[in-house]
Amino acid sequence: MDYNVLAELLAATVRVAAPLIFVALGAVLSESAGTFAVGVEGMMLMGAFSGAVLTFVTKSWAFGLLGSAMSGAALALIVAIATARFRTDHMVTGLSVNILALGLTSYLLRGLFGGKTPVINLPTLDAIQIPWLCNLPLIGRALFEQSLLTYAAFFLVIPMHLFLKKTQTGLMLRAVGENPAAAFSAGTDPIRVRAVAIIVCGAFAGLGGAVLSLQELGTFTDGMTNGRGFIALAAVIIGRWQPLFVMLGCLLFGAASALAFNLQGWSLPISSYVIQMTPYLLALAVLCGIGRRARMPAAIGRSFTRN
Amino acid sequence: MRCSESQDPADPSPMLQMQGICKRYGAVRANENINFSVTRGQIVGLLGENGSGKSTLMKILFGMVRPDGGTIRFKGQALSGHTPRDAIRAGIAMIHQHFMLVDAMTVAENVMLGWKKAGAWLHDRQVAEQIRSTSQEYGLDLDPDAMVGDLPFGKRQRLEIVKALLRGAELLVLDEPTSNLSPPEVTALLAVMRRIAGDSRSIIFITHKLAEVFRVCQEVTVLRDGKNAGRCSTEGTTRAELARMMVGREFGLATPRVEMGSGAEVLEVTTITLKDSSGLKLLDEITFSVREGEILALAGVDGNGQTELVEVLAGLQAASSGRIALHGRDLTKTDVTQRLRAGLAYIPVDRATTSLVPGMTIAENLGLRDFAEPPLRRGLRLNHPAFYSRAVSRISEFGIRADGPGATVDTLSGGNQQKIVVAREIGRKPRVLIAFQATWGLDPGATRFVIDQILALRNSGGAVLYLSSDLEELLGIGDRIGVIANGRLVGIVPREKANPAEIGLLMAGGGLLPAALEINEDLG
Repeated sequence: MDYNVLAELLAATVRVAAPLIFVALGAVLSESAGTFAVGVEGMMLMGAFSGAVLTFVTKSWAFGLLGSAMSGAALALIVAIATARFRTDHMVTGLSVNILALGLTSYLLRGLFGGKTPVINLPTLDAIQIPWLCNLPLIGRALFEQSLLTYAAFFLVIPMHLFLKKTQTGLMLRAVGENPAAAFSAGTDPIRVRAVAIIVCGAFAGLGGAVLSLQELGTFTDGMTNGRGFIALAAVIIGRWQPLFVMLGCLLFGAASALAFNLQGWSLPISSYVIQMTPYLLALAVLCGIGRRARMPAAIGRSFTRN
Repeated sequence: MRCSESQDPADPSPMLQMQGICKRYGAVRANENINFSVTRGQIVGLLGENGSGKSTLMKILFGMVRPDGGTIRFKGQALSGHTPRDAIRAGIAMIHQHFMLVDAMTVAENVMLGWKKAGAWLHDRQVAEQIRSTSQEYGLDLDPDAMVGDLPFGKRQRLEIVKALLRGAELLVLDEPTSNLSPPEVTALLAVMRRIAGDSRSIIFITHKLAEVFRVCQEVTVLRDGKNAGRCSTEGTTRAELARMMVGREFGLATPRVEMGSGAEVLEVTTITLKDSSGLKLLDEITFSVREGEILALAGVDGNGQTELVEVLAGLQAASSGRIALHGRDLTKTDVTQRLRAGLAYIPVDRATTSLVPGMTIAENLGLRDFAEPPLRRGLRLNHPAFYSRAVSRISEFGIRADGPGATVDTLSGGNQQKIVVAREIGRKPRVLIAFQATWGLDPGATRFVIDQILALRNSGGAVLYLSSDLEELLGIGDRIGVIANGRLVGIVPREKANPAEIGLLMAGGGLLPAALEINEDLG
C-alpha cells in the first residue's frame, strides 16, 4: 500500500476513534458502577445537536461544548432517575432514551428555527500541529496533527485509568458495580454512586457527540451519530472495562471505519453500503470472539435495594 | 457463678452495656426489655433459637435498627440514634454470615474500600504491609494481592476479621462464624478469636453450637422469645442447662434407634464420576451402597462435591460415568420422574428454590411430587379436594404451624417450610431418602423434629443417605459415617468406630476445590 495512503489511514483512524473514546470512557464509568450504558447513543446525539446549535447561535465553541456535555448529562439524568431510583430495566430504559433523543433533536432542530431546518454550517476545528513531532514518519500526522478534542480524548484515558484504580472514589465506584451490598456496608450509597456515574457518562457521551458535529462535520443532521454509541459500547466490552484497553478497542473500530471510508474511493464492484457495514460486522465478530469471555462487572444490570 | 434469670451481675464498668432494649415489629415483640453486657477482653456467647431476638439485638447495637426503648453505653459513652457508620467509628465491627466482600478485587482493595485511612489517593503499598503484619500477628495467613474470588470460605472470613481489626474495632460481633467451616478450620478460628480477645478487645459470638461456646466463651447470654432467658459464666453451667434455657423446656428423649440387623442393599452407587466442561473431576469414582433401615451419613465441607452427588442421584444432573441402582434396577439413564416412581425422595439444601415454590400454597407444594397420579389427578384434571385433604392431614401429622392449606409457603418461617419439605418427602414413604443439610439454618426445636422424622423412616426400613457439614449431627444420626472431600468418598466406617478427630482431618483433607466452591455459592 502507498505510504501516503497508509499515513492518511492512520490519521483517519485516530480521528474517527476520538468521539468513540469520549463515549466509551463515559460508558466505562456507568457500567463499572453497574448500569448498562445503552443510552449513550442518544446522549451522544443530544450532545452533537446542542453543540452544533449552541455554537451556531452563540458563535462560541465554549458554549457549544458546555451545552453538549450538559444536554448529554440531562438525558442521562432521566436514565439515572429511572434505573437507579425506580429500578427500571437498564436495556429498556437505555433504548427508550435513544429513541427519545432521536425524536427530540429532529423536532427541536425544526421547532427552534420556525419550522424550517436551518442550514448549520460551522467552521470545523482546525488541526493543531505539534512542532517537529508532526513530521515523524508515518505516525507523525496520526498522532501530532489532530484537532483539540482528539487530543483531549486520548489524554483523558490516563486520568480515567488512575481514577478507577488508584483512588478511593474509583474503588468505591467499581465496588458498587461488583457488589453494591458490600459497598453499602462500607459506607456508600450505591444508588447515588450509580446515579452520578450515569450522569457523568452522559456528559462524556455528549462531548463525544460534539466531537462529531463540531470537529468532524461542522453541522448537525438528523440521527447523525448513526450507531457510533453502540460501537463505543462494543469497544468497552472488548477493552473489558479497562480504560487503556477500551481505547485500543476504539482504535480498532476507528481503523475499520477509516478503511471502509477509504475503500469507497477505490470504486470496487461492491455497494458502498456493504462497505459501510464493515465496522459493525467487525464489532459483531469481535464480540462473538472476545465478548464471550469478557468478565462483566458482577452486579451490572441488577438494581440495588436496601432491605 | 450460677445462672441468673436475666439481671446483670455486678460488673463495675462493662465495655458494652445494653439495658432495657425493646423493639416491636407490628404485633411481634422482637426484643422485650433485654439486658446484655460485655466485659473488655472477654468472648461472650449469645445463644438463642431462630427468632429469639439475637439478630434484632445486634442490629440495634450496630445502628441498623432503631430500638423503641432502652439505652446502649459503649466504652462509657451513650450510643443512640446512631448509624452503622457511627458504630464502626466508635469501634464496633459486625461480621455477617454473608460476607460483604467484592470477589473481583484483591484482598488489599477490599480492605481499602471505604476506609478513610487508606486515603483518597490510595496508599496501596502501606495498606498491603499493614495487612501482612496484622495477619501475621493473629495467625491469619492472608496474602494482600490474592483475588478474593479465588479464596476459600475460611480465608474470606479472615479477611473480614482483618478489615475490622485494621479499622480499629474493639468489639467484634461474629454472626454464626463457624457454620461453614471444617472442624480443623473451626479450631483455628477459635484460636484467632482467643488471641483477639486477649488483646483488650472483646467479641460477641453468636452461635447455635453449644460445644463451641464452652471452648471459647467466658460468659454466655441466652435469649428466648425476645427476652433474656439467662446469663451465666461458662464454668458454672452445663450444655443441658443452656439447651433448656434456649428452648424453655427439657428436650424429650431422642427417637430410639432400633437395631435393624443388616437388611438388603437398596441403593447401589458404583464408580460415579462427574466432570465439568473443563474436564475437572467434581466427583471422582464414588462408590457406596445403603441398606434397608440404615442411614449412611456423609460428612464434608460445603463445595467438595456434595451438591453434585445429590443432584446426580436425584437425576438433576447426568453423571459422566458410573451406575446407580435401586433394588437392583438400573436407574442411571432414568429421569427425575422415573426415579421418584421407583421410590427415591430428595430433600435439597435450598428450601426456597429447589424444594418449594414460595408463591404457591402449602397444599400445592405438598402435592408437587405426585400431582400427576391419583388421587391428586382425576382424569385430566387436578383433584383439588384431594390436595386439600392431604394437606390438612400432613399439617397436623407434622405439626406445621400455618394458617391452613391455602397459605402460601413464603409466609412461613424457615423451620415450617422445611417441615413441609420433610412432610412431602417422608410422607411418600420412600425406599431411599437423600437429604442434604436438611437441618441447615433451623433452630434446635425444628432440627430435632427433622432428625426424628429421618430416624423414624430408618426405623421403618427406609434407606437414608444424609449429607451435612455438621459433624456432631452426623455422628448422632449415621449408622455408618463417610467423608466426601475433593469429590472423593473416603473412609466409610460404622458408627461405633467413628473418630471425630480423624473425620475432621479427612474433611479438611484435600482442601477446597475453588471451582466447586463457586458453584456452591451460585446456588446459595
